[in-house]
Amino acid sequence: MGLSKKHKGLLLDPLADKNPITVQVLGICSALAITAQLKPSIIMAISVMFVLAMGNVVISLLRNVIPSKIRIIVQLVVVAALVIVVDQVLKAYAYELSKTLSVFVGLIITNCIIMGRFEAFALANKPWPSFLDAIGNSAGYGLLLIVVAFFRELLGSGSILGYKVFGDAIEKTGLYSIGYENNGFMMLAPMALIVVGIIIWIQRSKNPALIED
Amino acid sequence: MAIDTSKNSYTIIFSVIMVVVVGTLLAGVSSALRPNIKANREIEKMQNILFAMGITDASDVNAAVPASEAKAMFAKYIGDDQYIVKGATAEKTTKAFDIDVKKEADKVKADPNYQRQLELYKCTKDGKTMYVVSMRGNGLWDAIWGYMALDKDMVVQGAFFDHKGETPGLGANITEPFFRDDFKGEHIFDKNGNYKGITVKKGNGDPKNIDKLDNEVDAIAGATITGNGVSAMIKKGLKMYVPYFKTLKN
Repeated sequence: MGLSKKHKGLLLDPLADKNPITVQVLGICSALAITAQLKPSIIMAISVMFVLAMGNVVISLLRNVIPSKIRIIVQLVVVAALVIVVDQVLKAYAYELSKTLSVFVGLIITNCIIMGRFEAFALANKPWPSFLDAIGNSAGYGLLLIVVAFFRELLGSGSILGYKVFGDAIEKTGLYSIGYENNGFMMLAPMALIVVGIIIWIQRSKNPALIED
Repeated sequence: MAIDTSKNSYTIIFSVIMVVVVGTLLAGVSSALRPNIKANREIEKMQNILFAMGITDASDVNAAVPASEAKAMFAKYIGDDQYIVKGATAEKTTKAFDIDVKKEADKVKADPNYQRQLELYKCTKDGKTMYVVSMRGNGLWDAIWGYMALDKDMVVQGAFFDHKGETPGLGANITEPFFRDDFKGEHIFDKNGNYKGITVKKGNGDPKNIDKLDNEVDAIAGATITGNGVSAMIKKGLKMYVPYFKTLKN
């Protein structure tokens, strides 16, 4: 793709050095709530990407006409409307998917990353850079969700995407036959915080520029 | 820009236009998609009722019949063998399928004298007659609901549970086979014929659920409140059918 250097930066920086979760520490609530299993995390990542990309473009198109006094309300209305449309369309045409998604649709509205990008980027930039910024940030968010969910599901339930990699815990087959036990603590929200903390620790020790004084 | 976006009048006009545009958009989307959504919900209900009776996808016992076949299968196994139960009597009517458990519960709340209508589906599978009942309750975060298939001796033949917003990996596991399969073979009356329901119990020392006469199944670790919700839902939900069930036993 013929992306300029600036545009490439918008797309790729949020994956690592400007990651919304590990560097900006936004969107933590949903990262804690839904990462007990991999599948909902992937669905959440895709949904946030869709809502953020659409929302950033809409806000960017309206950036010169939105009254600054009520801009937060306008942003909220845009997110809420998009989320409701997505929810209704899924219910009508992809009912199975919408059932899996049900809990998370509401969580998208409260995701700080979305409001954060509207406020910090889309209100001051043209639609195309805003779109790239949205894709970059939601990819950075999604990447982290998937990494956290991978470890939580693997160590907490002994499975990946529902597939039992360590054998059956109840029938005591595979690893369980030699005394391995699932770490039930991994299923609880505090462990997500600890996993995110470990990732932040690794990231900052590799890139000291991220460490604040 | 030529427009002064900081004026109060502009702000008011902008908000009015925004509300009208967004409201129209959402209302349009909602009414355009409503028939589809309703049809999907009905198919899902058929799938769940069939699932409770053990009629599943041909290749996977843990998956519901495919949405495209649900209507035909429902017609084949149940058809118009649907009843509305009021107290000890049951009236045969296809209106039973349209009963909304939540609306019925709301009607009782609004008017304590209201005679609640309960849905019941009768089906014969492999020569065995089963009665499917529906129930609804509350989990930790939101509503939970389910269907249970019983034979005439009030032994559970199958169960189906679903939820609106329980925690994935914890409470949401009530939809998993390891939980719902524990209900198969459980009795809802105790040895003396008193109504007991089925309790989801921590530490009942029977994780493989060998004792089918204890009116208890093993709970899910980390999902205490969802589990208690399931117990309460079954206890309350089935209790309303008890007057009718007693007529079946004799």
